[in-house]
Amino acid sequence: MDLENQRRVKEFAEKYGPENVVVVLGASEGEAAGLAAETVTAGDPTFAGPLTGVQLGLTVYHVCEPEIKEEFDPDVYEDQISMMEMVLDVDDIVNEMSAIRDEYCKYL
Amino acid sequence: MNAVIKGASYILAHVPGMVIHNGSTQITERIVNPESEYLKQLPEHLRSYTQAVEYWPNQVYIGNKTPGELAEVEFPYYDKPLAGADRYGKFGEIMPEEEFLLLMQCADVFDVLLLEKGFVAAHKDALAADPIITEDIVARIKEGADQADIERFVNEEHAEGLYAGGKLVGCVKRAHDIDVNLNAEVMHENLVNKASNTLALLYAVRNAGIEKDDVEYVIDCSEEACGDMNQRGGGNFAKAAAEIAGLSHATGSDTRGFCAGPSHAVVEAAALVKAGAYKTVAVTGGGCTAKLGMNGKDHVKKGLPALEDCLGGFCVILSANDGVSPEVNLDILGRHTVGTGSAPQNVIGSLVADPLERNGLKITDIDKYSPEMQNPDITKPAGAGDVPQANYKMIAALAVKRGELEKKDLATFASKHGLVGFAPTQGHIPSGVPYIGFAREDIMAGRIKNAMIIGKGSLFLGRMTNLFDGVSFVIQANTAGDSEEGGVSESKVRSMIADAMKEFAAVLMAKE
Repeated sequence: MDLENQRRVKEFAEKYGPENVVVVLGASEGEAAGLAAETVTAGDPTFAGPLTGVQLGLTVYHVCEPEIKEEFDPDVYEDQISMMEMVLDVDDIVNEMSAIRDEYCKYL
Repeated sequence: MNAVIKGASYILAHVPGMVIHNGSTQITERIVNPESEYLKQLPEHLRSYTQAVEYWPNQVYIGNKTPGELAEVEFPYYDKPLAGADRYGKFGEIMPEEEFLLLMQCADVFDVLLLEKGFVAAHKDALAADPIITEDIVARIKEGADQADIERFVNEEHAEGLYAGGKLVGCVKRAHDIDVNLNAEVMHENLVNKASNTLALLYAVRNAGIEKDDVEYVIDCSEEACGDMNQRGGGNFAKAAAEIAGLSHATGSDTRGFCAGPSHAVVEAAALVKAGAYKTVAVTGGGCTAKLGMNGKDHVKKGLPALEDCLGGFCVILSANDGVSPEVNLDILGRHTVGTGSAPQNVIGSLVADPLERNGLKITDIDKYSPEMQNPDITKPAGAGDVPQANYKMIAALAVKRGELEKKDLATFASKHGLVGFAPTQGHIPSGVPYIGFAREDIMAGRIKNAMIIGKGSLFLGRMTNLFDGVSFVIQANTAGDSEEGGVSESKVRSMIADAMKEFAAVLMAKE
């Protein structure tokens, strides 16, 4: 996750309280989604950004996970996400995301 | 009549020294974790010049192999050297770091770049022996400076060191004491861009079979900015590089749009030519030091070579319709507008489906698509996936949604309408344009009838807007001989003038 986005996530967590923040990712690969999820839960694994050593434990999902999909107006989802849903390896993303959430999320 | 693609060039410069000293990932790491294992291990992962030359994707980029041949190579590519591969290709070359530093010295007209005397003497003949480097460029090589002076500038005056074979062989001095826009780091970055731009221009002129004096306008579409504190992005890398390349009849300007820059620039060039403003326009992009070793941490962690060790450059020459070369069809322009939105669905729709639909075409009517052509050998280990394949999946999925493709054909769409990625991850360099050289050949040989070039840019990186950007255009076989529709033949013009003269004469007679 780029350094500026790390800073913004950190600021939101401080401003609204980490228990009130949900991070929604749109990464195109399971591995990339997992890395971003790890960054906002266990800290920046690349030791470069503001979240280095900061274990926010935020609730984090990928936009193609069923928990998030059911929050959407189906027409909006169809219009904005359905094409990518066809393209992405959703199972792989769900596996990566679930593993990170199980290990590091503090607010589920 | 539509402008044609007269020729294209693709060049690389293998610069392992700059990977360590000038890549933004490494610069950041030196600030944040100066003692990190990564910085210690990186030098062992750098490739030799021969390894970079024998690297399959590099050989495709300079035109010695085709994307089709690369598709037959078992992935990953880094451990399958192409033994005996040539430095020179039909599109350009892979220049070694020593010669590139000398070319940078030639590109420097403000004496901010110093090279050590012995280094200049040792490598001057090698640069002069490069067939594309003309005598006027060789004549720009300066004798060089003393090592003690170079060390003093680096140690005491914030100069940026230049390294070859791990040794300090020169420096780029700051061009102003206070102005950060002219500090040594920026001057280094800009001179690299200018030198690689120059090399791309030289090859493009050769490949297009034109004279240097034929080029009337140059558009640079890189991602660097040159200027001073009062006009930070003042610009005109285009004209600066054209000067060194000897294009004395050309003027020029810069176009910016992050990675979408090259596609915007080609559309602008095609329009300038079609409008008759300029007969021959060169669109050129130079290399970017900041992106060297950008994914180096992942490559090192996974035991791979640091594959982002080359600067890239390209140039496309567009000229008035010659009746033979493939043309840019300005009727089929994809545009991501302010109102398009940033969902991938909207982006691909605006760039691919919409322009085709406006012209009564389907997604499957385009033979080859060239979106972001990043080499997957570099991006996959870094968790960014196979970028071209991801684009083809999106285009295919959109075709399915629109009922233009059977769902069962999703999997084969990429091999039929796509290409494997072969371009270095130099931002604007892989964005659509790497295929233009091959597209020209494939269309002229009748292997394909058309190709769509797609450029996309992440504008939000500049923190001025959250918008995404993109533009696309179609290259097609020359249609000048098909009919006189759209164009007007010379005989028709003559007869129109004759008619007008007769009418004018009749008016005059009537007045008398």
